[in-house]
Amino acid sequence: MPIVKTLIRAMLLLCLAAAGAARADMTIEIVGGGANRHAIAVLPFQNETTQVREALTPIIRNDLLLTGAFRMVDPASAANPAFEPAQINYPAWRGAGAQSLAIGKVEAAGGQVKISFRLFDAAQQKQLTSGEFTVTPERSREVAHTIADMIYEAITGQKGIFNTRISYVLKSGRDYLLQVADMDGRGAQTILRSKEPIISPAWSPDGGKIAYVSFEAKKPVVWVQNLVTGQRRIVANFKGSNSAPAWSPDGRQLAVVLTTSGTSQIYVIDANGGGARRVTHSNAIDTEPAWSPDGSQLYFVSDRAGGPQIYVQPVAGGSARRLSWDGSYNVSPKVSPDGRTLSYIRRQGGQFRVVVQDLASGDNRVLSSGAYNERPSFAPNSRMVLFASDEGGRSVLYAATPDGSSKVRLAVINGDVQDPAWGPFNHP
Amino acid sequence: MNLKHLLIGTATVALLAACSSTKPLETAAPTVNGSAGAGQSATLPADTGAAGQGSVAVDPLKDPNSPLSKRSVYFDFDSSAVKQSEQQTVANHAEYLKSHPTRKVVIQGNTDARGSREYNLGLGQRRAESVKNAMQVIGVKENQLEAVSFGKEKPKATGNTEADYAQNRRADIAYDGE
Repeated sequence: MPIVKTLIRAMLLLCLAAAGAARADMTIEIVGGGANRHAIAVLPFQNETTQVREALTPIIRNDLLLTGAFRMVDPASAANPAFEPAQINYPAWRGAGAQSLAIGKVEAAGGQVKISFRLFDAAQQKQLTSGEFTVTPERSREVAHTIADMIYEAITGQKGIFNTRISYVLKSGRDYLLQVADMDGRGAQTILRSKEPIISPAWSPDGGKIAYVSFEAKKPVVWVQNLVTGQRRIVANFKGSNSAPAWSPDGRQLAVVLTTSGTSQIYVIDANGGGARRVTHSNAIDTEPAWSPDGSQLYFVSDRAGGPQIYVQPVAGGSARRLSWDGSYNVSPKVSPDGRTLSYIRRQGGQFRVVVQDLASGDNRVLSSGAYNERPSFAPNSRMVLFASDEGGRSVLYAATPDGSSKVRLAVINGDVQDPAWGPFNHP
Repeated sequence: MNLKHLLIGTATVALLAACSSTKPLETAAPTVNGSAGAGQSATLPADTGAAGQGSVAVDPLKDPNSPLSKRSVYFDFDSSAVKQSEQQTVANHAEYLKSHPTRKVVIQGNTDARGSREYNLGLGQRRAESVKNAMQVIGVKENQLEAVSFGKEKPKATGNTEADYAQNRRADIAYDGE
């Protein structure tokens, strides 16, 4: 019963988001435009402005738009509103250019609301998907994201990402705030506040923990924090510096960078700390490890050949293979969850650009236009890349499609956003 | 009311109950002040050395006229080599540490560059290790020295002039207890 499962997932998310919900911490702005977008009409749901706190369809439209895969057909294109299948004037919607249309309604159900929707193919006049959710009214936002997920999956065949979360460090005055927010930037909450730098947050595969580097002990130390309980513990505090945590796909191990050998080298430790095993063996700086989705390889940065470049090496040991050949400075690699694409930062004429590289062919393209970008990470469905970008002295977040056709800005109102990381599908 | 509705309703109630017993993260977010690591992260033992130096009336580490008051070692652009002009500073602290074997220092490397935070952490580490190695060559015991990096995260100068950058290409020598 996938709807029930989805709902449970949404409800658990709500537990986490309880604190800062419904406050618009970020604003979304669609920057790019692309061809071949699917034209959809999302008609206002019946009673959506009276039964719930925030209308659902603007959230659904916003979600679909930010993927770059959709174009909105004006809901006023056909004369009569439709809440039931029999009320749909298909010729009118086809005339307005709609390839599909969604209808829905919100009904009172005791102290709760019942939200239902249906998606139809405008040409075939056939239902593509539908759903029904009974929740308390204040939970409607998560239902809107779930409906957007279902529409996205029905049209594109890909899993939607609208109930996923992102993490980043917000520099606010002299404070460093480690925050978690919904992927559209809403519901931001601070999970750690410090006067000393926090860098390199990394999501556990189950979505329940974040590993990060904190300087609070006057040196870089790797911590893991549970997002449900708020409890935190040190997992790497060896002599020297401890940094760059990356979770293995099974969540049992962390790749980290330690300096006990006298230079930055990559080790694998138990996710609860302990049992450090050295993976790279060079006299150079080896850092920024990222696991392949099957857990067998580590992608990383090394300056063993002079400038920093991207390499890949088996976790079990073996020789490293260089993957970046254009430019003298390539850093911060991340692999897409489908294992096909590598994204990283390249310095190019004094600018730091997001690059996307096809792992099979080696072909690569520059994705970002800004002068200074940092730390790309993939959405869990591999269809978008999140990165930070410096704009006139302050840093904001962008999400872009890997083909560069669409770009969305998530702007925090106060402070600079650093070191973003896109979370997994899973929620604790 | 079919089975699906019933299930959803039950799940909703159960989960809301779970929500209400879970403290919102906003209030549970730990705050750290960075001064001591809240005792959760044993970094260096407390200063036990100073009290043992009974014959020294004024701790030269606290004397602004002592050569030991100079705590920063500066580097050239894109370099981790301890240059000639900085070698005396390193030697002064090395000699002090040799004659005070219970004292320990943390050497904190810094960088000026933009770019990857983690790669800059590696570059700052390289500078700190360079100072540490120079002190070991002079005869300081390894267990008196720890090389760490702040990368580009804690710049002394925040401007964008070459003078600012030069200020940040630096390793600082911090004694235990400071």
